Amino acid sequence: MTALTELTMTQALAGLAKGSFSARELAEAHLAVMERHRGLNAFITETPEKALAMAGESDARRKRGEVGLLEGIPLGIKDLFCTEGVLTTAGSHILDGFKPPYESTVTAKLWQAGAAMLGKLNMDEFAMGSSNTTSYHGNVKNPWTRRGDNRDLVPGGSSGGSAAAVAARMAMAATGTDTGGSIRQPAAFCGLVGIKPTYGRCSRWGIVAFASSLDQAGPLARSVEDAALMLQVMAGHDPKDSTSVDLPVPDYRAGLGAGVKGLRIGIPREYRMDGMAAEIGALWAKGAEWLKAAGAEIVDISLPHTKYALPTYYIIAPAEASSNLARYDGVRFGLRVPGGSLDEMYENTRAAGFGAEVKRRVLIGTYVLSAGYYDAYYLKAQRLRSLILGDFTKAFEKVDAILTPATPTPAFAVGERMDDPIAMYLNDVFTVPVNLAGLPGISVPAGLSEDGLPLGLQLLGRAFDEATLFRTARTIEEAAGFTAKAAGI
Amino acid sequence: MSDYIEGHNGPWEIVLGLEVHAQVISKAKLFSGAATEFGAEPNSQVSFVDAAFPGMLPVINRFCVEQAVKTGLGLNAQINHRSVFDRKNYFYADLPAGYQISQFLQPIVGKGVIVIDLPDGRSREVGITRLHLEQDAGKSLHDQHPTKTYVDLNRSGVALMEIVSEPDMRSSEEAAAYLRKLRSILRYLGTCDGNMEEGSLRCDVNVSVRRPGEGLGTRCEIKNVNSIRYVQQAIEYEARRQIEVIEEGGKIRQETRLFDAGRGVTRTMRSKEDSHDYRYFPDPDLLPLDLDPAWVQRLKTTLPELPDAKKARFMADFGLSPYDAGVLVADQETAHFYETVAKGRDAKLAANWLISELFGALNKAGVDIANSPVSAAALGGLVDLIADNTISGRIAKDVFAEMVETGKDAAAIVEAKGLRQVTDTGAIDAAIDKVLVQHADKLAEYRSGKEKLFGFFIGQVMKATAGKANPAMLNDLLKKKLAG
Repeated sequence: MTALTELTMTQALAGLAKGSFSARELAEAHLAVMERHRGLNAFITETPEKALAMAGESDARRKRGEVGLLEGIPLGIKDLFCTEGVLTTAGSHILDGFKPPYESTVTAKLWQAGAAMLGKLNMDEFAMGSSNTTSYHGNVKNPWTRRGDNRDLVPGGSSGGSAAAVAARMAMAATGTDTGGSIRQPAAFCGLVGIKPTYGRCSRWGIVAFASSLDQAGPLARSVEDAALMLQVMAGHDPKDSTSVDLPVPDYRAGLGAGVKGLRIGIPREYRMDGMAAEIGALWAKGAEWLKAAGAEIVDISLPHTKYALPTYYIIAPAEASSNLARYDGVRFGLRVPGGSLDEMYENTRAAGFGAEVKRRVLIGTYVLSAGYYDAYYLKAQRLRSLILGDFTKAFEKVDAILTPATPTPAFAVGERMDDPIAMYLNDVFTVPVNLAGLPGISVPAGLSEDGLPLGLQLLGRAFDEATLFRTARTIEEAAGFTAKAAGI
Repeated sequence: MSDYIEGHNGPWEIVLGLEVHAQVISKAKLFSGAATEFGAEPNSQVSFVDAAFPGMLPVINRFCVEQAVKTGLGLNAQINHRSVFDRKNYFYADLPAGYQISQFLQPIVGKGVIVIDLPDGRSREVGITRLHLEQDAGKSLHDQHPTKTYVDLNRSGVALMEIVSEPDMRSSEEAAAYLRKLRSILRYLGTCDGNMEEGSLRCDVNVSVRRPGEGLGTRCEIKNVNSIRYVQQAIEYEARRQIEVIEEGGKIRQETRLFDAGRGVTRTMRSKEDSHDYRYFPDPDLLPLDLDPAWVQRLKTTLPELPDAKKARFMADFGLSPYDAGVLVADQETAHFYETVAKGRDAKLAANWLISELFGALNKAGVDIANSPVSAAALGGLVDLIADNTISGRIAKDVFAEMVETGKDAAAIVEAKGLRQVTDTGAIDAAIDKVLVQHADKLAEYRSGKEKLFGFFIGQVMKATAGKANPAMLNDLLKKKLAG
């Protein structure tokens, strides 16, 4: 039975179609692995009964000839997505006991396509973090370890539970959200494909908000094809989200095999940063060679405002978060710590309910929006955001996609950069710019570091041109032939 | 100007600006589909958006936008084809999201103007600074439990238009006239019901004082005054208070004050130092609001005739005084009622009957014109009977009283009670003769110079004819007889 969890989604769908196994058997196989690897702490809430019931319904549908795009596929859901009747915590103490009476648009689409829910995945609190160490429900461990070193490594964040679960074969794929790299960085750290689609491609309705102008949902999967299939189902216009865009969703899988012949791929010189590991630089060059060998034209480009992306991000994201998180006040849902007055109750509740990183960002955000500081910080950041978008707009006049490393380093050990928040923020240096620009980015595993950890390359694309990213990523995937698995999985 | 207030050592001028929160008439809230009906069970009209549940997103209600644009057009204001929604951040138990969605730097409506009508018949312009759309908050109920506060979110998310005036008013009367006119325009447009008691129209008053000709003084804002009378009282009190403070050598501190209607005074709510830092920023959940100029233009053609235009027309077509015309157009239904009565009749007579008789009767009965016991057609019938001399004005008052009482029409009452005016000179002459015989002593007094007794004879003849003698004819005939 274990073999079932080794299948890609595409293979599993074929097996289900042939009747080689049932959706229920597929769910059971994954539930067994979830139990075996519970030590990774990838799930906050496991929903085995729901998984089996949904798989059973899927089998019944298949018998009736009703087959959705994800019919019978067991998935993990990041705990940022509201799931009806199922505890949704966003990795925070402050949402204790919160069972939403509604289902997020994205997860509703997955269930409508026939998928089954295995449970809710651990994450950095309110998606704030790059190591999955800020969760109230504890750290998630990366299934990968360094060769000859059994120290626990972080899975990346904030979608760390999603990445760990998919890498450890606990789920065939998982949903993630990406505000500054929260899908692509953990995907890179765990040897997975992860895509942040164009802002507006997926509905944000029912996803706990971190920074509304940056947040986008996307999948983490074990192959480009699986990621394309997931996004196919997750994407689409939603009248309940005013920022979702009313454009048809193309068939992402149709063009997957088209190759990159004739595509122009940009290499941005500003991404060659001090302190970037040599092996990352080497992998980047190798990626460019693969694409060139497949018929693409490699073009040097400049994205001159890149160095402002991180500081810009760390003004805009906390500003929006400070406002988005004001609703966690102990009045209507979640945690309430009583106090002698309304203000005292607020203070007690928020002091107990939020972790240190969330508090830090709420404070930063409140500060940059304050009278007298707004122009110097928030407004200036908004201007920089336009300039950063301008860089990309200009670049995409010359190239069809941009190739960069996904992260400046491979996964690091728990505790390794915990004392310096700035060093931690540097993890997002390659991923943040497209969030600011609202453009799509995909991370694809491309090789191993010297000590045996997965490394990812990132492709950035034009707005709503996920299709080009998928086919280019597929070319890298094929050239890299990445088949490594974490030891013990 | 006669509006100055006399201080100990010279006159003071009051400077007033008003911020009015007008609840938009719409079935659904500004950013959610929840209902907006007044007086529903607490927390029965609350969507997850209104309660700011995690992951919930606002979606603009097009109809509320239409209402705001209509209002802007009705205020002769600039319509901004691009406006932006911002978040106004502060913590309170009845503000579920911890922010109010409002419009700060780019409101939907810009500068406009309102013509106010003063009691002495004068009119003047008051500038409108802006109108913006925003959400209402919920309601905190502090009197339901000894230690706890209850929160009702029915109102949370209801659409408001905040309408800000320029500091153009100089007396409490002008402020009252402004509010009356604004309310009248809103009601004509059907964009706000203007009901101050139910809180669908709320007023914040900015008051400052200065020596005539000097620059603006420091202002105080009086929050949430909920009737026009209270607005006037609050202004009178606050202006006197500020003058007293300054005359005693003090300084006005910029602050927010509350009006205590029970005691008729204003008192400090919070000083400027304690005021919130609202940390406004554009709401990232909403796109800028872009209006199609053609749509705005089309909307403009659907506007009804507004009070000012109607007033001008009533003056021109019906020969009414500015005051009468102003009174009749203040309310759309009244204006329509009047036009029905006046059509094809003596328009001034119709206006008099409406203003002095019908309004009085409605007031007494405590009903509005929509529920008038006397219909426009019925009142027209009464005016017809006066005009064709079937009854006198005096009898008409009795007939009107009966119409109010029974709802019957005038002609039927006149017939049934035999109130038809006596216009037969022979009959009136006979009645006069009889009276003069009966009161021979008074006749003698009259003829010896006591001409005041003329009225006495009129009264007696009227009594004898049960009031039905045509007054003008009686007058003439009596004069002749007495001269006799």
